[in-house]
Amino acid sequence: MRENEHHVPETVERLLDSTLESVESAEELALSVAQRAGFDDDDLMKIGMAVRESMVNAVVHGNRYNDHKKVRFSVSHNGERYTIRIADEGEGFDFNALPDPLAPENLMRTSGRGIFLVRSFMDEFEMRRREPSGTEVTLVKYVVSK
Amino acid sequence: MSVKLSTRQVGDVSVVDVAGRITLGEGSSALRDLMRDMVGKGHKKILLNLGDVSYIDSSGIGELVSGFTTVTNNGGEMKLLNLNKRVKDLLQITKLYTVFDVHEDEAGAIRAFA
Repeated sequence: MRENEHHVPETVERLLDSTLESVESAEELALSVAQRAGFDDDDLMKIGMAVRESMVNAVVHGNRYNDHKKVRFSVSHNGERYTIRIADEGEGFDFNALPDPLAPENLMRTSGRGIFLVRSFMDEFEMRRREPSGTEVTLVKYVVSK
Repeated sequence: MSVKLSTRQVGDVSVVDVAGRITLGEGSSALRDLMRDMVGKGHKKILLNLGDVSYIDSSGIGELVSGFTTVTNNGGEMKLLNLNKRVKDLLQITKLYTVFDVHEDEAGAIRAFA
């Protein structure tokens, strides 16, 4: 953690279009809050990448760039937990059908590593189905002194 | 800054200097197009210099795998040069570090081609 006496809890929410520009803006927003929460450069890299991968999943695989579908994005920290929620309006998918990207037969696949990287970089990761449709992911990084 | 790709020839090895971001969209598609173009033109020995890559996401990793497969399937070789910590960590996490032939100095990488 950086020395920082301004770890004021905050929450930021956005309703984003299903575009790659939204991926960029969500990552920037997440990183600005993470910096204020006091994370160091290594954690910022992990958080930025986890947000990027989750946003790409929402925009590309969930909403499929659909103009009429939005991505609900929120980032917050309370001094102990830094939490990101990303919800799309897509058709959802079978969480149990995600292939293991480290399995020998999948190692040379050109895709399928996004969620694996998010799990690797965050302390908690949860996916849930939304009603009537869509997927919401929750990413948590613990705000602790190193 | 998105990705910047420049190519140069060192003997019979084609060196691609990659700078900037290899992420979904412009960055990864530019790398894919260049690799396919080079293979289509008969380049068999390709060295990707990733020293100035500032950011790579899973899509970019996918393009490295795709490039490797394309070159190999066409009877060529692709090697990686100058991985920064970020790229190296990602390749290790994804167990791809040992798949690629990774080098830290260009002369050694050039010599390593068959």
